[in-house]
Amino acid sequence: MSTPPTDLLPLTVPWAAFAVVMPLAAGLVAVPLGARAAHLAVPGALAGLLLAVLAASQVLTQGPVYHEVGGWAAPLGIRLRLDGLSAAFLVVTAVVTGAVALFSRPVFGPSSGGETRTAFAFWPLLFFTWAGLNAVFVSADLFNLFVALELLTLTGAAMVALDGRAHNLAAALRYLLFALLGSLIYLLGVAFLYALHGTLDMQLLRSATVPGGVAVTAGALMTAGLMAKGALFPLHAWLPPAHAGAPAPASALLSALVVKASFYVIARLWFDVLPAAATVELTQLLGVLGAVAIVFGSLLALRQERLKLVVAYSTVAQLGYLFLMFPLAGAAGEPHPWTAAAWTGGIFHALAHAPAKAAMFLAAGLMMQAAGSDRLDGLVGIARDLPIAAFAFGLAAASLMGLPPSGGFTAKYLLLTSALDSGQWWWIAVMIAGSLLACAYLFRVLNRFLTGPEEQPALAPVARRHQFLALALAGSSIVLGLLSLVPYDLLQIGRVTAAVEALS
Amino acid sequence: MNALMPVLVLSTSLVPALVIFFLQERQQRARTVINLAGALAKLALVVVMLERVARDVHYETRLTLLPGLDLLLRVDALSLLFLTLSAFLWLLTTVYAISYLGNGPHLSRFFGFFSLCVAATTGIALAGNLITFFIFYELLTLSTWPLVVHRGDRPSIAAGGRYLAYTLAGGAVLLVGIVWLESLTGPLLFAVRGSLAGVDPATLQVIFWVLIGGLGVKTALVPLHSWLPAAMVAPAPVSALLHAVAVVKAGAFGILRIVYDVYGLELVHALSLGLPLAALASLTIIYGSFRALQQSDIKRRLAFSTVSQVSYIVLGASIHGPAATIGALAHLVHQGLMKITLFFCAGALAERLQIHKVEDLDGIGRTMPWTATAFSIGALGMIGVPPIAGFISKWYLGVGGVEAGQPWVVLVLVGSSLLNAAYFLPLVYRAWFVPASRDAAPGRERPLWLIAPAIVTAIASVAVGALAGLAFSPLGWSTLIFEHEYSR
Repeated sequence: MSTPPTDLLPLTVPWAAFAVVMPLAAGLVAVPLGARAAHLAVPGALAGLLLAVLAASQVLTQGPVYHEVGGWAAPLGIRLRLDGLSAAFLVVTAVVTGAVALFSRPVFGPSSGGETRTAFAFWPLLFFTWAGLNAVFVSADLFNLFVALELLTLTGAAMVALDGRAHNLAAALRYLLFALLGSLIYLLGVAFLYALHGTLDMQLLRSATVPGGVAVTAGALMTAGLMAKGALFPLHAWLPPAHAGAPAPASALLSALVVKASFYVIARLWFDVLPAAATVELTQLLGVLGAVAIVFGSLLALRQERLKLVVAYSTVAQLGYLFLMFPLAGAAGEPHPWTAAAWTGGIFHALAHAPAKAAMFLAAGLMMQAAGSDRLDGLVGIARDLPIAAFAFGLAAASLMGLPPSGGFTAKYLLLTSALDSGQWWWIAVMIAGSLLACAYLFRVLNRFLTGPEEQPALAPVARRHQFLALALAGSSIVLGLLSLVPYDLLQIGRVTAAVEALS
Repeated sequence: MNALMPVLVLSTSLVPALVIFFLQERQQRARTVINLAGALAKLALVVVMLERVARDVHYETRLTLLPGLDLLLRVDALSLLFLTLSAFLWLLTTVYAISYLGNGPHLSRFFGFFSLCVAATTGIALAGNLITFFIFYELLTLSTWPLVVHRGDRPSIAAGGRYLAYTLAGGAVLLVGIVWLESLTGPLLFAVRGSLAGVDPATLQVIFWVLIGGLGVKTALVPLHSWLPAAMVAPAPVSALLHAVAVVKAGAFGILRIVYDVYGLELVHALSLGLPLAALASLTIIYGSFRALQQSDIKRRLAFSTVSQVSYIVLGASIHGPAATIGALAHLVHQGLMKITLFFCAGALAERLQIHKVEDLDGIGRTMPWTATAFSIGALGMIGVPPIAGFISKWYLGVGGVEAGQPWVVLVLVGSSLLNAAYFLPLVYRAWFVPASRDAAPGRERPLWLIAPAIVTAIASVAVGALAGLAFSPLGWSTLIFEHEYSR
């Protein structure tokens, strides 16, 4: 087995491995600590962010890095790969998870009402989820990916069931059912590839696969399985009750990051592992499903009467945009001048959506805490009592609507450019319709926040500093739009087709 | 220093906006100080730049967002025309708004968005390429919506909803037009003309109408205008800003940029786009006036008058010739000064005497003489009575039409002026010559800061008309823009 040519720096520190190990260790430590594990939040958040930034700077200075855990080469050993795409996801995950951890300290800390089961379970789940996410982002073979995805499924379902109420348990079970079914189908596809090529290493598979029936079937099976885990239409039905029912910090993690892990694997699959098998029919089909998700999710978001359900259905819609990148980038691994824009646009959308959506769920959680419920009718005029949370929600909304300057706008601009350059004007219509629908369902909510009668029932007080965490997350989705050149350059490092094209 | 200037100008509004958001509701003094400090600093910077730009110095700042996507802030003569207007009127409107809103609710939010709205307008003025223009154009939509719904009652919410529906859809259309155009040519800079030379003419014609369609919403071109009369439910300072500086002017300014700096007048006429645009503008001018005539609510009448008057700018831009161009540019400022005077007065009348309807104006010349005088100056200026600003605009537009061999433009102007007279003169007549039907004891013109801004803008409306020959009058500056930029 040949070693990848980039693996020539023996002194390289494996930050990617540390980024997985650190949260894993923190999770293990958190188990015996119970609610006192809240003290791990600050050091954990700082360490995680530091490791992610170190990993990213390693990619920026050295290019894509490979690391063989324990020194065993593929296909025997566990191989980790760190390129621009992995590094970008590591950083965003660290920012969002770190903020969620800080936010959760008073919610699930020792002062939150003793050694409750919820607080006991939350901290290990948070750190294990973090470890699972990072493991997905740095895995270089399809089986490790499967293990990491399973970890995410289990922690995710447990977080949904955290408060133990009947309807949340039902939502968690439904989530588990979809996700495990997805796992089975995914594993079937993996088995096809293994039977054919005798390896699951992504890079080896890429050079081994010949375009044809088996590769397409395997890819389609794996994609279908991941769609169930990632809640792409029509396999999305589990998401809204699960994400809306979980406690706010858990919802933030699930909606911002966990669903993205499945998308990340699908993107890896079709762009890195089986590019030659991506037929026109398949890419267009993924695009159509994405388009339906955008319209359908938005229309349902428009009809919800509870804030967290609006935000959850908005996730269904926003995930749809990610799948537009497949038809826009073009089929069958032939790079076009617009492929870079389409691919980067899709990835950018996934990255920008994460902090914005997390900010929304955290703000929604605070409003729910203050008003006692998240029914929209009860939140009329809440901007008066929670001005900063409402402002954070508004900023995050601007990014979701794709309004400038925000990460969401940068993504939309890139996708629009590639649609025009490739002459696929129908996707433009979808994107514009999606943006306007997002405006409709988000302004419907913002309208309630800002208006209403002067006399209102007194609300439970909420400290300003908790609101500032939501604002910081929302602000970072805006900053991502203003400073998008750095992540843009980072994402191009190690991108498989990067060498043969340039953004026109 | 030259790279720092645009950032400084932008931050004179942006920094106060961000600080004010986080002030507590009761920190009224801090809010006022920060607001006024920002407005004064901006005015000072504008004065410095006016002198330099007249000597053909340009300021430029660039932040690359993506390859081929730059945030470009650039001060040229045209941006400075709009910037000066907005800086001057922001100061006056802030003073007015502080008096008008007094101790009302949600003031930190209000003044935060108010400053943000001015920051967006500044960005629109300074935009050096289409994407930068778009970024601030959308920011303007976002920052004005909370101002429109500020009262929080049912009519405000309905008006806000309609405002968003129109402007967000318009913004989406504009974005498609921009991305489409740039996909054919690469990034377009306002400072570099002639970049469209190689593009298929039919495509250029389609894209032109897409862009005008997107911009036409904020410009309130018929049939995209109906959000504007609805939005007059907003508090008077907001209406003043919306009608004179911010929203409708942003649209009109965008059309000027498209016609002069993206396509260029020559190309617009070579593609025979000028005449349909002129027809659209004329239709808007006449239709707006007719609708104004039917309104009995003063602010609604003023709103339809704006629909009509802003299209003078579009009309001037659509005619090929120096006088029409200069008239269009000068009217950008003239209309702002006159219209803000009228809205300041309408707000003061509503606030002090609860006057909302035309028939309630009887005898206010006796009760509130200063306000009535300012209102009359604004109204007469709109009609086109010399030496007030509106006369200069109409004169140049008329001359421009004749120069270009399109004498029908004069007919449009005459027709419109007659209609202006028909809907403004009754107001002036009632104010001065009909005795008051109710208690009209003088002494209602308090506080000073509610009344003074209208007087200042009324004086300015007369001054820019009477002293139009000076180099730094709006007309003089517009002539400079034409000579520096468009006559070479």
